[in-house]
Amino acid sequence: MLAPARYWFMKDLGAPLLMGLKELTRRRKPARPDTDFGPPLRSSARLKEIMTRHYYLARFAPGARPVAWVSSGAPVELLRAFDFYTVYPENHGALCGARRLGPRIAGEAEERGYSQDLCSYARIDLGHFFSGQTPVGRLPRPELLFCSNNICQTVLYWYKELAHYLGVPLLLFDTPFNYIGLTGPDLAYMTRQLEDMIPDLERISGRRFNPAKFSRVLNLARETAAAWGRVLATLTHRPAPMTIFDAFAHLAPIVSLRGLPVARDYYLLLLEELEERVRSGIGGLKQERKRLMWDNIAVWFKWRDWARLFAQRGYSLVAATYTNAWAETIDNLDPDRPFESLARAYSLIILNHNLKHRLELMTRMARDFEVDGLVIHSAKSCKPYSVGQYDIKRLLRDRLDLPSVVVEADITDSRVFSEEQAQARLEAFFETLEGRGPGGNEEAP
Amino acid sequence: MNHFAGLDVGSLSTEAVVIDARDRLLGWSIIDTGAHSTEAARAALDLALARAGLGPDRIDLIVATGYGRVSVPFAGKQITEISCHAAGAHHLFPDTGTVIDIGGQDSKVIRLDQAGKVVDFCMNDKCAAGTGRFLEVMAAKLQVPLAELGRLSLSAREEVQISSVCTVFAESEVVSLVARNRPKDEIIRGLHRAIVNRVYNLVQMVGLHGQVTMTGGVAKNQGVVALLAEKLGQPVRVSDEPQIVGALGAALLARRRG
Repeated sequence: MLAPARYWFMKDLGAPLLMGLKELTRRRKPARPDTDFGPPLRSSARLKEIMTRHYYLARFAPGARPVAWVSSGAPVELLRAFDFYTVYPENHGALCGARRLGPRIAGEAEERGYSQDLCSYARIDLGHFFSGQTPVGRLPRPELLFCSNNICQTVLYWYKELAHYLGVPLLLFDTPFNYIGLTGPDLAYMTRQLEDMIPDLERISGRRFNPAKFSRVLNLARETAAAWGRVLATLTHRPAPMTIFDAFAHLAPIVSLRGLPVARDYYLLLLEELEERVRSGIGGLKQERKRLMWDNIAVWFKWRDWARLFAQRGYSLVAATYTNAWAETIDNLDPDRPFESLARAYSLIILNHNLKHRLELMTRMARDFEVDGLVIHSAKSCKPYSVGQYDIKRLLRDRLDLPSVVVEADITDSRVFSEEQAQARLEAFFETLEGRGPGGNEEAP
Repeated sequence: MNHFAGLDVGSLSTEAVVIDARDRLLGWSIIDTGAHSTEAARAALDLALARAGLGPDRIDLIVATGYGRVSVPFAGKQITEISCHAAGAHHLFPDTGTVIDIGGQDSKVIRLDQAGKVVDFCMNDKCAAGTGRFLEVMAAKLQVPLAELGRLSLSAREEVQISSVCTVFAESEVVSLVARNRPKDEIIRGLHRAIVNRVYNLVQMVGLHGQVTMTGGVAKNQGVVALLAEKLGQPVRVSDEPQIVGALGAALLARRRG
């Protein structure tokens, strides 16, 4: 009984108190010297509070609530119906990447024989498991691993390794790739898998399946995704009230806390602030000269540097296939057809979909967000996201006269990144952008 | 006044070009970059100015390009190699639709519109495989002067297959081919083929478009140029001194701005 009491105490009293104290004693950072940005978002403080608390409370969850490690594309709503406390290794990997700990923690896995060619999120997760290194204090050991191969095939082998080391069950949601579209037999196959997970989840969690709770979770997830979609849609305005570099941070709750009221409420708060900024004409950048679209996961270790680099030139990233992924299909969830709609929503995500879908999606986004160019991150870690990018680049150039650049980098592993070469490509792209239109020149300010 | 200079500070060599207000080439130079890019830039500029018969005070604006462009404190402006090679190639061959530049440690393919503006471009990935540095290492290993590679390659009657364009792996392949007494010219031709196949992939990424102009130091190698033309199925134009096209483009952009 001790663990649950401690968990609930920390959740409702301990964590807010400790975080409040930490906030009071924290040394105030000097005001942001970057004059190229608009005023900082007020909601960011709430975001930080939510995510800090999520990671902090995680360590008190074992014994109080069943704990699961979940892949970013797995239908977590099902686990929420059983009250699982969920931890997202990919979100943790991104966090490590943004703090530039990628090479060090991934190195722990490499020393144990995992190839440097493997996904760096996987290496960071395994490296964390072996060494305990993490910027978030401690991750709780899971009783369940839950993944879906809708994002990649690596995730299955990665989670199999975890299952082997941890000795805990692994549930896989297997999603056939959409070569031409979602077929009836595929949908039936996926729906059935989700239904079949119920007895396993009841056994592992020690809780009975509660259809009413499941419905509530589906509704919440749908509302959250819809709110996130509306948040992103505010960026169609000129100037965009924030940039995609901001959205990379604000993505965390929809990835990690989807299906919980806290995530939905957060996006409604953020939406309100962004709409207010749109009404007052406040932009994410002081001056929005060009609008750009981003493809692929963020380069977490260059996140701040590039936000500044783009801001200096008045280039506002206003759309990204990556941030869009959590708004694209999840709002298909339907409590009247819970399992089928869950299967549909999660199998239609961008990485499980054919290239034509991606081309059409990016064409639509380029038009809706009125972008002047496209920045393509070719991620060493993420082959499913990076394959086909040169075709997309060429097709969008021919179709929309959209200039673009491919930058080779990684999500967290800065060792495979060449600063000089990336800079050269970006600058050449900026010159191309400036040179467009009548009387254009190659000069970027 | 009314003179403009372009400096291309590359990984292996530094080039300077001086032009007048009517885009006429007055002087140029090529020197090794060595370990100090600022000094190399200064020396290259002094040499080009001397050849042009001009003093440094006669230059209105200097544009620096290449990897070392940031280490030229006396340049008025920095512009990337993409824009400079495009400007230089378009000036020399106004109908250029595709520029292929193979330099010391990178290669790039640039697509131009009719006005000479950059529409798209693609650069090799992080390693310097299949670039000038690659040929330099192989020439040293084969004890052949760099300038002789092209002639030898054209005279080869057969060619060996080099499976790697990684400089390190290809070097060991060359070592074993030498050990098996394969003629040098056949090995060289094989090396050129490997470079051409690699740059052809870059061309495919951007899409072959219009007339092709090749720039950069490797364009001096007729063996590579001939194999490239064969692979592309169309002529590849090369100016008299392809190595200075980047610097020429920089000078032209300086003039447009000056």
